Amino acid sequence: MSSLSYRQTFALVLKRDLTIAFRHKDEMLNPLLFFIIVVTLFPLGIGPQANTLAKIAPGIIWVSALLATLLSLDRLFKADHNDGSLEQMLISPQPLFIFTLAKITAHWLLTGLPLILVAPILAALLYLPEQSYSALFLTLLLGTPVLSFMGAIGAALTVGVKKGGVLLSLIVLPLYIPVLIFATSAIDTASLNLPYNGQLAIIAALFFGSLTLAPFAVGAALKVSTN
Amino acid sequence: MWKWLHPYANPEVSYHFAGKLKPWLGLSSALLLTVGLIWALLFAPADYQQGESFRIFYIHVPSAILSMSIYLAMAIAALSSLVWQVRLADASAAALAPIGAVFTAIALLTGAAWGKPMWGTWWVWDARLTSELILLFLYLGVIALHNAFDDKQMAGKAAGILALVGVINLPIIKYSVEWWNTLHQGPTVSKLGAPAMASEMYWPFVLCFFGFALLVGAVACVRFQTEIITRNKMRPWVRNLVTSEVN
Amino acid sequence: MQFDSFASFLDMGGYAFYVWLSFGASAALILLLIFSTLFSHKNARANIARQVKREQRLQQAQAQANVSESTSQ
Repeated sequence: MSSLSYRQTFALVLKRDLTIAFRHKDEMLNPLLFFIIVVTLFPLGIGPQANTLAKIAPGIIWVSALLATLLSLDRLFKADHNDGSLEQMLISPQPLFIFTLAKITAHWLLTGLPLILVAPILAALLYLPEQSYSALFLTLLLGTPVLSFMGAIGAALTVGVKKGGVLLSLIVLPLYIPVLIFATSAIDTASLNLPYNGQLAIIAALFFGSLTLAPFAVGAALKVSTN
Repeated sequence: MWKWLHPYANPEVSYHFAGKLKPWLGLSSALLLTVGLIWALLFAPADYQQGESFRIFYIHVPSAILSMSIYLAMAIAALSSLVWQVRLADASAAALAPIGAVFTAIALLTGAAWGKPMWGTWWVWDARLTSELILLFLYLGVIALHNAFDDKQMAGKAAGILALVGVINLPIIKYSVEWWNTLHQGPTVSKLGAPAMASEMYWPFVLCFFGFALLVGAVACVRFQTEIITRNKMRPWVRNLVTSEVN
Repeated sequence: MQFDSFASFLDMGGYAFYVWLSFGASAALILLLIFSTLFSHKNARANIARQVKREQRLQQAQAQANVSESTSQ
């Protein structure tokens, strides 16, 4: 029996998850569409005044990104749990955090990355000042992985629960607050042409913190909830 | 070294231990709260700035302190259940969550009722109030997760993991909210500085605080007992206990 | 004693509504917690007692069935 190296395992799981996702393209696109629709609802609800919208644009984009991520989290482990492949991963000789890291990475590639790509278009719809675009891009680049990591803990805890969707949002959203605060403040600061390195550094710290800790928490949670 | 702790890993022993503890906790809590609250309401002097509304302080601050310490206690219990596999520890974590949620709600309500005459609004996005609100959300998440599982053993462990994740996040959330608050300082907020407490105010506060803390202990004992018997309902000792009709 | 009369005690220096709202709401919440705790404890005990009784009845019925079966043979 040949044993796989960590890197091979990681690549294998990542590739598998991406392949499955590309077979169900609509499921992949839904969170993205949701993101776009929610953002367009705000001008309709608040009014089209350019300065009002520009002022609340960072908040709108980030809150919508949180909700879109949340929407896609529910199925992160669910399909694997239903067809039994999750249990195969749990009993395999490879360390669990490799699997969870690969699955979370796949989740980010499928939901976080598309959000980053559409965000500039939506920012234009909300009249975000031009000098804020780089801040928007950087905060999303560093912040959306944090959302995936933290959310994966919630998804792992609720994988065995039948109607876990609302429960998942209840337990995950409070954990997203720091990212939301620092990301929107970085974008606001950038709109005043001030340096926003501090906020970015904190988001980066959150990213590395969750990168190192979340896979273990996810592993422990999966062990508990699949029993 | 840990030998004295071992008997308490046995559910039956800890059930009876909690049963013995709870009348003492309940009685001393009732005593302290009666004295403390009467003192606070009738004899403690009014604040020279805030007048009689300062009496809210005697429930607001104890419940705010307790709301945070209960979360910490819950996380410590969850940690010992996950790391040292102490089975009963997650029962105590599950017993603590609803109590913590109630004290967080009290801290929020009294904070709002104190804020209205002092700040002119029921709610201010003040750093402390906001983090207390988020703490309530964290508690509700733990409770909801615990209720979602039918198997209480699993429920306790899952809720424990969430409590641990929450306790790691809590300082980050608190720090971020404080930082956010200094950034968006509202125009109407005139924060009253913490008054240097006179001893006539200090003692009723101490009595109230320990009264509430002992109450938490007593309620936690009963909830802990409930958790133990629902988890061990197939055991003979639970069956004898339940059918013998003696409390 | 900080108050001259019972009326002034109830009035709380004009802050009556806020002070009594806080104390009342806190008391209500704490009583709710205590009663729900006691109720769920009783409930848990009663549930287990009921289960035990049901099992005992089942065992008795089974024993009787066995006895009648062996006597009829």
